[in-house]
Amino acid sequence: MSQATERRRSIWKGVKRDRFLYLLALPGIVFFILFKYVPMWGILISFQDYSPYQGMWASPWIGFEHYIRFFSNPDFLILFRNTMAINLLSLIFFFPLPILLSVMMNELRGNKFRKTIQSIVYLPHFLSWVIIVGITFLLLSTGEGIVNQLLVAAGLNKIDFLTNPNYFWVLLTVQSIWKDAGWGTVLFLAAMAGIDPQLNEAAKMDGAGRLRQIWHITLPGIRSVVIILLILRIGHIMDVGFEQVFLMMNGAVSEVADVFDTYVYRLGIKQGQLSFSTAVGVFKSLVGLILVIGANKLAKKFGEDGVY
Amino acid sequence: MLQSKMDRLFNATNLFFLTVIGLVTLFPLYYVLVVSFSDPAEFIRNKATLFPKKWSLDSYRYLLSTNSFMHAMGNSAFLATVGTMLSLFVTSCLSYALSRRRLQGRRVMLLLILLTTLFNPGIIPPYLLIRDLHLINSTWSLILPVLTSGWYVLLMKGFFDSIPSSLEEAARIDGCNDIGVWWRIILPLSLPSLAAFGLFYAVAYWNTFFTALLYINDFNKQPLQVLLQNMLIDSSTASGGTAAVEITAEQQIPSETLKMAAVVIATVPILMVYPFLQKHFAKGAMVGSVKE
Repeated sequence: MSQATERRRSIWKGVKRDRFLYLLALPGIVFFILFKYVPMWGILISFQDYSPYQGMWASPWIGFEHYIRFFSNPDFLILFRNTMAINLLSLIFFFPLPILLSVMMNELRGNKFRKTIQSIVYLPHFLSWVIIVGITFLLLSTGEGIVNQLLVAAGLNKIDFLTNPNYFWVLLTVQSIWKDAGWGTVLFLAAMAGIDPQLNEAAKMDGAGRLRQIWHITLPGIRSVVIILLILRIGHIMDVGFEQVFLMMNGAVSEVADVFDTYVYRLGIKQGQLSFSTAVGVFKSLVGLILVIGANKLAKKFGEDGVY
Repeated sequence: MLQSKMDRLFNATNLFFLTVIGLVTLFPLYYVLVVSFSDPAEFIRNKATLFPKKWSLDSYRYLLSTNSFMHAMGNSAFLATVGTMLSLFVTSCLSYALSRRRLQGRRVMLLLILLTTLFNPGIIPPYLLIRDLHLINSTWSLILPVLTSGWYVLLMKGFFDSIPSSLEEAARIDGCNDIGVWWRIILPLSLPSLAAFGLFYAVAYWNTFFTALLYINDFNKQPLQVLLQNMLIDSSTASGGTAAVEITAEQQIPSETLKMAAVVIATVPILMVYPFLQKHFAKGAMVGSVKE
């Protein structure tokens, strides 16, 4: 009894002592409660037949009906296929590139050239998707697009890159590479800068060439960063950047372009099917959460650090 | 001898490929510039050239005299300046408080923040919240929901963790309270990190598109990216708002030169802050995230 009072008193003392720290934390805490945790309650409407007029308290509960409807809907398979295809392409073609690129940049001897190359490859990361899609149209459209004009000049046929479903996934991957492969080197280069140069010296003494040094020193040196990024990437396998797909989508490619987020946007915001599209969103986030926890566990099993 | 020959070959190959990568990255941007400075009529006649046949500033002149374009630029400038300052303020306050080990409840708060980075409730629940807060069509709907992020708080906390506590103690002896320590000691020491986060926030606000699509219907309040979307992407389908109408008043569809001039103008602010902040990128992107 008195021990509990004692503890309460000491907690209160700490709070009083640190009142200014709590004051500093307050705006941030209010933000996380209001904009991150209150919407978590909103998930409940996926178990309701929510009507905006009745609100969350008065709308009838219907259990898993929306989820069942979604899984038995042919749309589900299409969305799942598109999301997986786009992400697997990115995992295979995008993910290794920043590693390769940073190894190459790390091997540069001249400091000036290195800085120039870095400034250049970082740059597209800061452009918006609207602009990147706009540039894509400028380059690839069948009308004014420079690529098609070059094809014609070379005596070839024009290619309708933008409206042919066969090119859509490839196009997204290429855009992502152009935009973010350079930016992806930031972490790897930082990790490489932390590798002890004595290791390289010792390897050189043993007669190891540059490629061998890369293989036995540089790559193992960034292994933990690679694994952390891979885990995070796997956690986002259900996410496809909404803006990119939304902006690149057109009637001709919608069959291969529709992903969970564009579907939620269309059905939820445009058509007002709030409960149903919330269920779709919840499903997506839940799978992502399970994947990230699973990947993290796996990493730890293999003796790596993991993300948390 | 053989070693150094191999070395030189390695360096030459490496240099070659990196130069090619650099040129491939730059080419689209270069071509955007060329088109934007081309004479509109000449461009339609000749189409692709690697160098403008006939220079012209017409597209720029036209855009900069267009009310809707300038208005959208203003909206985005407001977002980027006010939003960035508020975001830096909230993020650094919270991160600093959470970096003090003596703070009670710190572990619970950190865990709850970490959870927000792992699970998000999707698009609809936040939309309903913004609607219930009556923020639809308010500029604040583009700032408040993205004021800070779990990642940035955790990263910045990691940075504050690395500042030696003896500095804090010294300031305390001189009579500073926690807010004083944060403002007078910690923030000045973290300027490089603040610069990096500031740039990330500023770029995110400047590039705001999706939230504007969700929350802003009022044409006058729309940020630049939405207007750009109308001009660059939606113009052919004519589903754009009045912006596209005003800009396309002269021609049915805004010409490529006009579109690219808009792209250039929208990119210039980023290019202007870029060199000043580039040296801090790495620091901002990696503080606390690379485990030794």
